[in-house]
Amino acid sequence: MLRGMSTFNVVAVAFGLAFLYLPILILVVYSFNHSQLVTVWGGWSLRWYRELLHDEAMLSSVWISLRVAALSATVATVLGTLAAAALTRFGRFRGRLLFSGMIYAPLVMPEVITGLALLLLFVALDADRGFWTVTIAHTTLTMCFVTIVVQSRLIGFDRSLEEAAWDLGCAPWKAFLVVTLPLIAPAVAAGWLLAFALSLDDLVIASFTSGPGATTLPLRIYSQVRLGVKPEINAICTILIAVVALATVALSLAAKRSALRGDPAAQG
Amino acid sequence: MSSRPTQSWSQRAVLAAPYLWLVVFFLIPFAIVFKLSLSQTAVAQPPYVPLLDLGAGFAGLVDFLRGLGVETYVLLFSDTLYLHAYFKSLIVALVSTAILLLIGFPMAYGMARAPRRLQPLLVMLVVLPFWTSFLIRVYAWINILQRDGLLNSALLQLRIIDTPVAWLASDTAIFIGVVYSYLPFMVLPLYARLEQLDRSLLEAAADLGTPPWKTFWLVTVPLALPGVAAGVLLSFIPIVGEFVIPDLLGGSDSQMIGQVLWVEFFANKDWPVAAAIATVLLALLVIPILLYERAQRRALEQR
Repeated sequence: MLRGMSTFNVVAVAFGLAFLYLPILILVVYSFNHSQLVTVWGGWSLRWYRELLHDEAMLSSVWISLRVAALSATVATVLGTLAAAALTRFGRFRGRLLFSGMIYAPLVMPEVITGLALLLLFVALDADRGFWTVTIAHTTLTMCFVTIVVQSRLIGFDRSLEEAAWDLGCAPWKAFLVVTLPLIAPAVAAGWLLAFALSLDDLVIASFTSGPGATTLPLRIYSQVRLGVKPEINAICTILIAVVALATVALSLAAKRSALRGDPAAQG
Repeated sequence: MSSRPTQSWSQRAVLAAPYLWLVVFFLIPFAIVFKLSLSQTAVAQPPYVPLLDLGAGFAGLVDFLRGLGVETYVLLFSDTLYLHAYFKSLIVALVSTAILLLIGFPMAYGMARAPRRLQPLLVMLVVLPFWTSFLIRVYAWINILQRDGLLNSALLQLRIIDTPVAWLASDTAIFIGVVYSYLPFMVLPLYARLEQLDRSLLEAAADLGTPPWKTFWLVTVPLALPGVAAGVLLSFIPIVGEFVIPDLLGGSDSQMIGQVLWVEFFANKDWPVAAAIATVLLALLVIPILLYERAQRRALEQR
């Protein structure tokens, strides 16, 4: 029976993957197109990458986005790891329902609502919109993703190691830092990377919470895309795709290696 | 599962930081949205009245409460523009979730049936586009769908069509963009569920002479339902409020509610109406969001 299904299975998976990758592939190929016209193939060229190097506005947006993403991902990873520890280790505490609700809701909340809500908070606080408000907004969104990633690792984690540390007189917080944290490090790293990628990607929330002087990369790309397709945009998109792809592959290889090393220890 | 029922000071300290952060930056903002939706538009900065003046004490509070009203909601439900937008958003989300399920289920099923050593690679291939910028992936479709784009040139060359078709700026383009962007959200929970499926159940059904399609319908599908629920909610809820996809790929004749909110806020500077739109949208989504939250909590905590 399984053999009978397998042609269908192969076709379904191949079709799905082709659907996912073909548009990205076309974008990448056309970023090397010499022609100014997006649809006319004018031969291979690095022309648009060179032009990108002279686009000051675009480069400054890249720099702003990288700083926002790095800072918000770092804060989000600390907060998210604490939240995951609380959700998996504290049992039933007062306000747990509200807490887990606040962790899961932002994951699916339409971005226009989250963006509007945060903006109104900043206006109510009379805070100048810019670098810091975007960073806070991204931290709020991404810490929930970090929590989910770290939480799923903490649940599959052998607690007898922690308890052994407690029995040997180690304070719970110290046991967490010395025993647990190194073992869940791949998940924490994955959480950080996910937070970083999400922040780098966000357009809607940044539109609401950013201000003059803090035009992030997606805001810049969006304002240009609205005017039509430009080969230069293909080039910057290709660079972003390459960076994300490399980071993902590197991370999954690292996770695999640490899983190979870590498993016998976790089981023993 | 707790071995230490009492809440120690160190536990409270660990909990305090993320808890306070979410209360301040997630919960309170929604209270402000709700309050603002009851205010009136004003030509000022910020563009609404009344403002709660804490310095004025009790009299200030009375003034504040007196200024609140439901005018924005009356407007929302009397102007067909808004009702149309809500309706269109729900339809788009419903139809695209159905298409996502039709494409995503066979794909997840195929992945779960693939050789074990191939599966991590397949999962990574599905996750990778999810990590790639949303905006870039929508933008990639403009390249393909525009009038002199690649789809039209391909179809013209194959002589399937004689004149270029206007793919862009249509509902078709919105559906393509939405399905494309949300496919990983549908496939991954489905795969996670199907991968755990006990194969001996299928073999038992086969041994008892059940035809494969019947086994699929009576055994596989019911067991996959939690994954289906997760995938459906994970796609449906954000699609209803989607802004980027309809803005870049859709036409200007009819808008989704996310776009209307955007226009009210950024172009018309009508913050109270934008807040009322958000409040109603949230009310529409609160049941699916609660369902999702419960499913997630169960899936993670009872494993």
